[in-house]
Amino acid sequence: MNVATMSIIMVSWMHMKKTNCSDYPKQHFMKKILLTISFLAAIGWAGAQDNIYPAPAQANPIYIIGGTVHVGNGTVLEKAIVQIENGKIVRVGKDIPVPKTANVQVVNADGQHVYPGLILASTDLGLREISGSVRGTNDYRELGDLNPNVRAIAAYNTESEFINPLRTYGILLANVIPQGSLVMGTSSVVQLDAYNFEDAAYLADNGMHISLPSFIQRRGRRGGFGGPSAGNSNPAEAAQERINVIKKYFNDARSYFTETVHPNGKNLKLEAARPLFDKKQKLFVHANEVKQMLVAIDFVKQYGFDVVIVGGTESWQIADLLKANNIAVILNNTHNLPTMEDDDVDQPYKTPAVLQKAGVLFALNDNHVNSRYKNLPFNAGTAAAYGLSREEALSAITLNAAKILGVQDKTGSIEAGKDANIVISKGDILDMDGNVVTDAFIQGRKIVLESKQEQLADKYKHKYNVK
Amino acid sequence: MRKIVVCLSVLLAAISARAQVTFPVNGVTDKRGGAYAFTNVTLVQDANTTIKNATLVIENGKIAAINPKQVPANAIVVDCKDKYIYPSFIDLYTSYGIPEQERRAGGFQFGAPQQLDNDTKGAYGWNKAIKSYIDAFAIFSKDAAKAEQLRNAGFGTVLTHQADGIVRGTGVVVTLTDESDNAAIVKERASAHYSFSKGTSTQSYPSSMMGSISLLRQTYIDAAWYKNNPGSKEGTNLALQSFNNIQDLPQIFEANDKWDAIRADRVGDEAGVQYIIRAGGNEYQRIKEVAATKAKFIVGLNFPDAQDVEDPQNARFVSLGDLKAWELAPSNPASFEKNNIDFCLTASGLQNPNTFLANLRKAIQYGLSEKAALNALTANPAKLIGISDKVGSLEVGKLANFIITSEPVFNDKAVILQNWVSGVKYGVKEDAWTPSAGVYNLVLNRMTGASKYALEVKANNVANVIGTDTLPAKLSVAFKSVSLSFSEKKAPRGGRGGAAPVAAASLRLSGVDNGNGYWQGTGVDTLGNPFTWTAILTGNEVAKTADSSKAKSLNIISQVTYPFGAYGTTDLPKQETILIKNATVWTSESAGILESTDVLLKNGKIAAIGKGLSDPSAKIIDGTGKHLSAGIIDEHSHIATSSINEGSHSMTSEARIGDNLNPDDINIYRQLSGGVTTSHILHGSANTIGGQTQLIKLRWGATDDALKFAGADPFIKFALGENVKRTTSTNNIRFPDTRMGVEQVLMDAFQRASDYQDAIKAASAGTKKGGSVNPFTKVRRDLSLDALVEIMNSQRFITCHSYVQSEITYTMRVAEKFGFKVNTFTHILEGYKVADKMKVHGSNASTFSDWWGYKAEVQDAISQNASIMHKVGLNVAINSDDAEMARRLNQEAAKSIKHNMSKEDALKMVTINPAKMLHVDGKVGSIKVGKDADVVLWSHEPTSIYAKALTTIVDGTIYFDREKDNELRAAIAKERNALILKMLAEKRGGANVTAARPTFNVINECGDHEHNHGILDAHEEN
Repeated sequence: MNVATMSIIMVSWMHMKKTNCSDYPKQHFMKKILLTISFLAAIGWAGAQDNIYPAPAQANPIYIIGGTVHVGNGTVLEKAIVQIENGKIVRVGKDIPVPKTANVQVVNADGQHVYPGLILASTDLGLREISGSVRGTNDYRELGDLNPNVRAIAAYNTESEFINPLRTYGILLANVIPQGSLVMGTSSVVQLDAYNFEDAAYLADNGMHISLPSFIQRRGRRGGFGGPSAGNSNPAEAAQERINVIKKYFNDARSYFTETVHPNGKNLKLEAARPLFDKKQKLFVHANEVKQMLVAIDFVKQYGFDVVIVGGTESWQIADLLKANNIAVILNNTHNLPTMEDDDVDQPYKTPAVLQKAGVLFALNDNHVNSRYKNLPFNAGTAAAYGLSREEALSAITLNAAKILGVQDKTGSIEAGKDANIVISKGDILDMDGNVVTDAFIQGRKIVLESKQEQLADKYKHKYNVK
Repeated sequence: MRKIVVCLSVLLAAISARAQVTFPVNGVTDKRGGAYAFTNVTLVQDANTTIKNATLVIENGKIAAINPKQVPANAIVVDCKDKYIYPSFIDLYTSYGIPEQERRAGGFQFGAPQQLDNDTKGAYGWNKAIKSYIDAFAIFSKDAAKAEQLRNAGFGTVLTHQADGIVRGTGVVVTLTDESDNAAIVKERASAHYSFSKGTSTQSYPSSMMGSISLLRQTYIDAAWYKNNPGSKEGTNLALQSFNNIQDLPQIFEANDKWDAIRADRVGDEAGVQYIIRAGGNEYQRIKEVAATKAKFIVGLNFPDAQDVEDPQNARFVSLGDLKAWELAPSNPASFEKNNIDFCLTASGLQNPNTFLANLRKAIQYGLSEKAALNALTANPAKLIGISDKVGSLEVGKLANFIITSEPVFNDKAVILQNWVSGVKYGVKEDAWTPSAGVYNLVLNRMTGASKYALEVKANNVANVIGTDTLPAKLSVAFKSVSLSFSEKKAPRGGRGGAAPVAAASLRLSGVDNGNGYWQGTGVDTLGNPFTWTAILTGNEVAKTADSSKAKSLNIISQVTYPFGAYGTTDLPKQETILIKNATVWTSESAGILESTDVLLKNGKIAAIGKGLSDPSAKIIDGTGKHLSAGIIDEHSHIATSSINEGSHSMTSEARIGDNLNPDDINIYRQLSGGVTTSHILHGSANTIGGQTQLIKLRWGATDDALKFAGADPFIKFALGENVKRTTSTNNIRFPDTRMGVEQVLMDAFQRASDYQDAIKAASAGTKKGGSVNPFTKVRRDLSLDALVEIMNSQRFITCHSYVQSEITYTMRVAEKFGFKVNTFTHILEGYKVADKMKVHGSNASTFSDWWGYKAEVQDAISQNASIMHKVGLNVAINSDDAEMARRLNQEAAKSIKHNMSKEDALKMVTINPAKMLHVDGKVGSIKVGKDADVVLWSHEPTSIYAKALTTIVDGTIYFDREKDNELRAAIAKERNALILKMLAEKRGGANVTAARPTFNVINECGDHEHNHGILDAHEEN
């Protein structure tokens, strides 16, 4: 298809999109879009974002040759070969023969870098669309204090416009979490190349998420403390009351599981805790303050849960305690301001290095809404500038994340037997001037590195005749 | 008894010296003169004059004589031996006797309902916060409970006003009498009052510090115009009329903060007014600048309490700045004195005036002289509001307003015994008139004869009775009543036979303290037999202990630093001659990137670039393996201000960011650590025509004025789209509600500005001889239209928040209609769609590298935006609009490398390109001889994620340096620890402590999007 036709179709699509006023039935509008899409599909054009097809299952063996392979576990193999078959990594190394049969696909990564697919460890991707101004597009925060039975995967929208651009930064998997108050529900790991949430599910319901109340005395609006609007004149007491709601839930669940018959009938909320007590799920505790994290440690002691802290802003103060209690951390936003004006100006940048040094298992995460998580690799890069080695920083967004999310047997590193979730970048994927992704594979499927962003860019580059 | 007994009279029985003449009498007339003579007193007439063994005579509420030859026969004599009399204190800052106004939450909130009009009924002005028509004397009514509190603290006269609004009307001087309201008033309309707080006004405007300043400036202009143009279309405007009427009074401004004091003084300077300023307590932190206002101050004594820092995790959130302020705040009054600033003291701000004297003594301990303290409470305030003829010192003819104290009033143990207001006595602590302590001859007149004891009184409730044994007694002396009980014998310790000890039966005495050490009364012995008794002080008084406040050593840990808090320094960094050797120099000029090159910085400028440079006076920085670039310039920032969004009206071009810079913002230092040297501080984006912006250099530690980038062209913020049409509000009543309306706001504003300009021209050409005429005597000068006129004449330039192509296009078309250019589109996330049009129009583009999707209007934002606009030939910058991201602008710029931009061009997007769009490329933005020495030395290529700013230099002054930074970190930790230990010691010593108060990061944001500002972010969209 020539470029001119493409533009015409694009413009008509844009036109439709802009006329989507409120009294125009949305379904009708969607039908029109779908018609257009099927028309476009029929002529084989992968133009609009909606028309970027998930890749089909891997049919032929793939050999990635000549690249610098960053395994994800700290090892770097120069000029190595990665053999991929049936969606799995078969072998990684130097002396791997590349068959010269016609069906074999060879990807020449000479001078490039080969990485495990990056993992966004805690995100509302697919649940939150136009966060600021269109309420109807947001499905990430449920009402109520106790929603253990709520499942993020159920609302995961594979058509979200934020998914495809992430792949062009090397991010291939994400742990989609529910948010809310106290017990928030379960997360699921998804792979970012799917038609629907069931296809996307990589590990469903891997963890239960809870959020702890703050122990910090809040101030009322306009200065003053302790006014009626502040609401927590004794924050420790108020927090403890809230935490007791969570503990009562777990205690009730534990007692419920000892019942042979349930006199009050089956309780969906309590049932939801079963995988947690069966150690089939981890408990993800969203906490940033030291006092909150100490409560998280208490959860380990009291219930024997496998606990992960999400947030972890102040974790650098108690890294050894976290290590001693075998608690992992998903550290949100290396790119953040210090807590206190007195703090080291680069404290958030160097917190990962503190955790590394203490031996804490941690992943780095990007939940910065305005850039929609694209900067995960650069958050890791900054951590590398402030104390991590580059391979450690890479692990923090690959293998460590996989371990924390419970998918390390399937992904997180370029090792034989794992799914072929692989990214090839022109340069250092952690650096802005190296992160240029040329190829990416999810389960051995070569995915399309396109998005609405690229399409709009192409359209106007065409208009101006620039490259 | 020759001694006259004082004190038994109860307040209500006090003699009324001032019954109103016109008032009908219910009952029998009771007019009395009320003459008193206070003898043998140490009379402190004023801070300079003390008379020992004096006699003070008062009559009819006034001072009748001092040391007369003879005490008048009709005077009741009060023997004041060992007592002191001072003029009672004057407090100029109270709302005593004024009805309280109901408060509502203030501040600007996106989405909150608006109130655009003044809903006060009557012919007042357009803004509810201008309450110039309020007269405190008309709404004053005495308040017995508050009067007592103030009298107990030593006050006799106060200036009171309704502390509500930006212009608050007049204050009234009243005495703290319990007599009638008529008797209380000393001077009506004694003062006029102002503040930056709109108080209870529910009107949307103003919603920021900038707006308050603008409203006040405009009110001065409007009032003058109103006076000159009677019969104008304005009609009757009582607010302006009253405003004019109160201008001759002492003008008192409630600032409550060091920077606000300076801001208030600037407003006053422009209006030709010297305010008397109500201080906030932190002026010592910038006392030189505060002194430079030449204002007189009213200073409070509400020093911060120690906080409970026992729990280290609670202590963690208390900033060094707050810890230091706790330690140093009591030095505030002394610093006024040391810097020769005239000041008064006030009890306002204290939770309860009963802590006033204790805090005053603390201030004295921290260096305030007693003389200055007394002046600040008497002569100074009286003089300031013109009531020296009535109060402020003890002289014949003045009001009989004085206090009687047990010791010199500033002594630790001094007690105010009585407070006389207009010749009427109010008891404060009368029991202390006669110190009970001492040894008394106790005589019990029992049936068996007189029993004599020595009664050793240590305090009002501690005594021993000494007969054959020394026996502990139970004593109570209160309200002139004495009760005493003791056993005649020691309690048996248990007899030989092993009998249990028996509580000895007691003698029980009850009586009256007749004053001056004479007690008498009746008693009952153990058998129930009554007797009478007397106890007479023998004069063996217990020796007074040395006054402890003066003896205590202070052991001050903190020093005033600039800024006051973490990373501040006692001395500001100085400009140096610096030679950076052998660096890779990214010039951001056509010279490109120069390997192994030296750069010499001298006198604040880049003096030379080349190889093998030398300068014997230079400090050498080895740049080997390092990279040198021009300082980063952030075209769009919101740091270092007190407020950012005057979001009330659709047009607020009168608001000026430069009016409310906050040089103490830690983000200045944090951004220096990311290589930023120049920031363009923009107004927020809540309205189509926002406020005037301010370009600053990040001179950490400087004053607000010294932050300003001198000589830079003025700019203004405009905004379009969702924010200005109040999308997040479900009940918007403010025009516009659509992008259609936004275009018309622009059209209307410039049409009005154009007409305004014509009117000014016409009015200026008024004289025949061609002499210059001030057009504003006829034309109402409009501060918001002034800014638009400047835009039309290319004297002020627009940076316009914009997202979608339609609004970008029509804004350019409106500008073209009125003959100017839109200098810069900021955000401009759909700029790639209209880059060609922008190029023709001549706009610059300042954008984010990769933000999108956070609201509907940014769904088409793409990361390729900057690179496409650049390729079309626009001058493109990458900005932060975010206090966190600003520290990594080099990274943000480098993200365009992913989209086919060269590293060199990428870096230009945060150096020379923003300099060009801000019209300062002649001074900054590149490494070129003659330009300002604003440079950054990086550890890696500045476009790399691994690049750290090692040294950041502004004007040849090193403001950030990694080594120095490490030293500061260590010093902060050390000082924090010392102060926390001191606070803990205070707590253990029994002092009041409050719960630990976290110090929130108040980070101003434009309200456009979310930010990563840490867990103590108390962001304010204000």
